[in-house]
Amino acid sequence: MKIEDFFKMLKKYNVEELEGVTIEGDIEIEIEGGATILPLIQALAKELGMAAYHLARASKILGFPVEQLFGGELKLEVIEKKLEKKEELPQELIKAEFKPYTAKFPGKIQEVTLGATPKEGGTRKYTITVGGERSLPFYFFDAEQPHLPVITIDVFDKPVPFPKAVREHYEDVMDNPVEWAEKAVKDFGADMVTIHLISTDPTLDDTPIHEAVKTVEDILQSVKCPIVVGGSGNKEKDPLLLEKVAEIAEGERVLLASATLDSDWERIANAAKKHNHVVLAWTQLDINAQKTLNKYLLKKAGLPPENLIMDPTTAPLGYGLDYAFSNMERIRLAALKGDADLAFPISSGTTNAWGAREAWMKESPISGDTSWGARELRGPLWEIITGLTLALAGVDIFMMLHPASVAVIKDVISMLGGKSKESVDKDWLVVA
Amino acid sequence: MKAKSPLEIYRLLPQTNCGECGFDTCMSFAAHLIDRSAKPTQCKPLVEAAKKDENARKKLQQIEELVAPEIAEVVIGTGDYAVKIGGEDVLHRHELTFFNPTAFFYDIPDTLDDKEIDERCSKVVEYKKFYVGKFLTVEGMAVRCVSGDAKRFRDVVRRVAGYGRPMILVSLDAECMRSALEVVADKRPLIYAATEDNWKEFLKLALEFKVPITLRSKDLNTLKSLAVTFKNAGIKDIVLDPVTEPLGEGLRGTFERVIQLRRTAINGDKDVAYPIMVTPISAWVIEGDDVAKAYWECVIGAMFIVKYADIMIFKSLEPWAIMPLVVLRQNIYTDPRVPVQVEPGLRKIGNPNENSPVMITTNFALTYYTVESDLTSAKIDCWLLVLDTGGICVEAAVAGGQFTASGVKELMKRTKIEEKVKHRYLIIPGLAARLKSAIEDETGWKVLVGPIDSGRIKGWLEQNWPPKNGQ
Repeated sequence: MKIEDFFKMLKKYNVEELEGVTIEGDIEIEIEGGATILPLIQALAKELGMAAYHLARASKILGFPVEQLFGGELKLEVIEKKLEKKEELPQELIKAEFKPYTAKFPGKIQEVTLGATPKEGGTRKYTITVGGERSLPFYFFDAEQPHLPVITIDVFDKPVPFPKAVREHYEDVMDNPVEWAEKAVKDFGADMVTIHLISTDPTLDDTPIHEAVKTVEDILQSVKCPIVVGGSGNKEKDPLLLEKVAEIAEGERVLLASATLDSDWERIANAAKKHNHVVLAWTQLDINAQKTLNKYLLKKAGLPPENLIMDPTTAPLGYGLDYAFSNMERIRLAALKGDADLAFPISSGTTNAWGAREAWMKESPISGDTSWGARELRGPLWEIITGLTLALAGVDIFMMLHPASVAVIKDVISMLGGKSKESVDKDWLVVA
Repeated sequence: MKAKSPLEIYRLLPQTNCGECGFDTCMSFAAHLIDRSAKPTQCKPLVEAAKKDENARKKLQQIEELVAPEIAEVVIGTGDYAVKIGGEDVLHRHELTFFNPTAFFYDIPDTLDDKEIDERCSKVVEYKKFYVGKFLTVEGMAVRCVSGDAKRFRDVVRRVAGYGRPMILVSLDAECMRSALEVVADKRPLIYAATEDNWKEFLKLALEFKVPITLRSKDLNTLKSLAVTFKNAGIKDIVLDPVTEPLGEGLRGTFERVIQLRRTAINGDKDVAYPIMVTPISAWVIEGDDVAKAYWECVIGAMFIVKYADIMIFKSLEPWAIMPLVVLRQNIYTDPRVPVQVEPGLRKIGNPNENSPVMITTNFALTYYTVESDLTSAKIDCWLLVLDTGGICVEAAVAGGQFTASGVKELMKRTKIEEKVKHRYLIIPGLAARLKSAIEDETGWKVLVGPIDSGRIKGWLEQNWPPKNGQ
């Protein structure tokens, strides 16, 4: 390249400023700290008048050893400097079209129906179907989502030591699980109820199985929604208990909670198959364990895929929620990408949020903390945010406790799910 | 980032395995550059060479370009409290990690009187929530021109600037904005916002005062057009506000806009690859009481902490509203590649002596720091054994077999705890109650089952320590 071309290039790229050379106004040049500049450049820079712009990129493209012109020592870098002249500012917006990225996944989450009407062999007034997603949750711009997440409220078959904020809502029904279930549906808008038969725990009341299942029969009589039945967490007794539940609730498509890798999952799966129920497969924050358990239930025990829901564990906000979130998100993404062993609806024990001390403790025990504020407001919020976070990872069923938390999560689901038409037009900029 | 494999970077490195970067080999350094746990300038030989040699300089520049994050980084404020936003590379935290946590700014309308302004500012700068060994805090103030009075806005901005935290200046009026920038531009506030209507004046302000700027539009074509126009005019520090609508269809639309902006940027549209602003304060336009509004503000906040917001403006300074969000933000932005464990062993809490209680907990960082700070806050002198459960909490470790009687025995032997105390009582967490007899059999010590939550240890000790005879 001839020197002549170089200066043409400078002109072409509207060269504005070279490091070490400041061009002020139209013609004045200041030379910094002993950099040697060829007199020719100096002269021509004067002539060019304008400063260097886009030079580095241009010189790189042309492969021109620009720095040689400056005596080798001078580091040549372009500094973008905008001339503060009015006529330099754009007068019109540069029109650009935003082309949103879209994701198409090959996989689809299994649709699972809970509850059965008389026509379908049960006694429920309505059924609930979850699953069917072909996209991440609420990504309607990628794919339709045939079913929105639902909420089931926890009921226990004996009084439990609830935090104050929860207790005040259930105090009147706490020793009557049937009334409790009715209240959950009628007053708090639960889509389903979960009856936890915790009194069967050998270290608590050790209620015999045949007695404990009566509560299930009573609840099936009193509420007409689909139900979930949980055990006490005792690995030996739960499979026997759930087997009995399956038998007495024949045909109702109850969600049996839960089959685990270290319990007799096969017994639970067989009972579900035989009496037409759905199994909840519970693992602890481990995508591989979930895959294993699902495979066992589907392939070894022969459970039909439309009878399986997963609980990959809900750790509360502040106490492992990051693990729970990423675990569920990974499970859901794997399923959408085609891993059929993980393509099942997800259930979350959102009630676990109440295990976090921030949800129930009166005040921070830690000196230096800003006051935690009113716990009756903080507690429900802890449950809401735990649930909402996991909703965005792919939860289909929320097991919840506090009525305010239930109401807020329902609102979020209905809004993100496109069921709420309300809208406000006011701008926050004018909020008093 | 552009680079997909360490090899792309390795070929540009000196390949001498000199180790000056802190990694054994150039390949290992390249791998760390790829996962953003190292910076290109750590290669000292290359940095030195680049000062003299054009070829080396180009290589260094190429590496910088290869490892630059997909989303631009923008710094707001100056000095110790300056906050960096953006700089993200992935859509899902498990794919790498999220890097710069969503920055929280709190609304200061200029219609408040000075006393109210000071109260709100103090709440912002003083907020602290202890979590996993440190205090979580919030970032700064968003001063909002509601008065429409340029002088008042300027005065309030100056007053708030006195708190030394990063600021967002909120006004769509260029004259008000100019008036404020004249006094605080050197503090590098983020200005809010250029719109389809005022962008020419705001572009001028951003150029003149060299401050980062927010571009605002509900229409993503317009937002992108603004971004392209500003970039072309020489503005690099851009934040995009796709407008937060708080309810119903509006919220759903906001969700879509935020996700599409980030997803499209990460997938290669550089024209929108900027930090995103979400304004949970929008919840305050809905009808209802203050609690309902603050609740909904938290909902919007949480939704977009999880989904891609880099900076937010809130109104509520109620601690019950702030706390879940600072904790959620910490959770979502925690590096999933780093195990959250502390060193197992024996810790002295306060000044324990031979009669002080001995307690045990796990090495899950969250559990450990909670227990440690509870004991310290309650001014309890004791010995705390920290059991290696592989970073798993008490409840899960008991269920999963990482918290075992033999593990406890081994730890007690290794730490020589029997030489430190005269008594033989071990206090175990309430959640490990079922291990009581196993630990007694294994160690020969008497086991006392402590409370389920260490926040209640003080009251528990008052009842149970020193142990009564025959217990």
